[in-house]
Amino acid sequence: MMSQTFNNTQPIYLQMVRRICLQVVRGELKAGDKLPSVREMAVQNGVNPNTVQRVYTELERLAIAETRRGLGSYITEDEERLKRLREDLKNEQIDTFIKDMSEMGFSAEEILDGVRQKLLITKAGRV
Amino acid sequence: MTEHIVSFSQVTKRYLGKLALNNVSFQLPRGRIIALVGPNGSGKSTILKLIAGLVRPSQGSVTVCGKKPGRRIAGEVAYLSELDALYPFFTVEETINFNAGLFADFDHQKAQEILHFMQLEPDKKVRHLSKGNRGRLKILLALSRRAPLLLLDEPLAGLDPLVRDSIIKSMISYLDLREQTVLMSTHEVSEVEPALDLVISLSNGQIKGMEEVERIREQYGLSLVDWMKETLAK
Repeated sequence: MMSQTFNNTQPIYLQMVRRICLQVVRGELKAGDKLPSVREMAVQNGVNPNTVQRVYTELERLAIAETRRGLGSYITEDEERLKRLREDLKNEQIDTFIKDMSEMGFSAEEILDGVRQKLLITKAGRV
Repeated sequence: MTEHIVSFSQVTKRYLGKLALNNVSFQLPRGRIIALVGPNGSGKSTILKLIAGLVRPSQGSVTVCGKKPGRRIAGEVAYLSELDALYPFFTVEETINFNAGLFADFDHQKAQEILHFMQLEPDKKVRHLSKGNRGRLKILLALSRRAPLLLLDEPLAGLDPLVRDSIIKSMISYLDLREQTVLMSTHEVSEVEPALDLVISLSNGQIKGMEEVERIREQYGLSLVDWMKETLAK
């Protein structure tokens, strides 16, 4: 019942677009899945219906969703597009990480070493 | 259908010589949820009353749905007063029926849906309702009307967080923004923020800022509360 919270210094529509993209990448939303109606989505998230309309327009512009006349919005069935979305989110996350690490003065070698070790530990002991 | 649902042109309002609004001009687009924010006494209620036709401008002109507001605007404007305007001796059901008789655009079906959503008991007398449930009943009465313009004066004031949440949720669920526009005054800015399209900040009877809420975040990276502080400090 409680609505999801949003960071109130960023546009809500962008935060919602991102959440839906993450749901797609995690497999919670699959190719061809129907998205809730504008009103349902607005109520679920406690946001203005005009904002949700903007979210769906943006997803359509990004070719991640498509609107079928009179039926609502659906996640695209273009698997290639969804693969690219997954790559984009991966690269975005890695870029942010590398930027933060470089700013703290770590070299490429140190970063790679750190990541490799951490992944090995996680694999072995599931930290 | 004109593009703007409300238009103020150089409006000044005095109450017994006391200046409430000082030469204010603005226009409101249709199909939006708009908030009036600002300190007590800044002119929020006066703007709502001028639109509802409950008071007249001392100078300037107000146009609502292409007309000058007066007694007959009540058919096109639903007004939720900040005062307790319910009859205590009616039950919830009787209050709904009474309002259905008053307003031709009252949607009985919608009223029943909201009644259920708000979990209000139809047989309970208004005088036995908690303050929170009176707040819920008031918003039910406003949202049950198919009026093109809803004016809500402090619909969240003095209510607990759960009630405020249910009121905001019911607005999102039951408004029809293709046909309706909402103008509400509030102090609960951060709570209502995700539901808003536009915000107008007022101080000392003058408009200090009017902006789309998503633009405030996009352009300035500010929350609405911070933007208010900035505009009101001007």
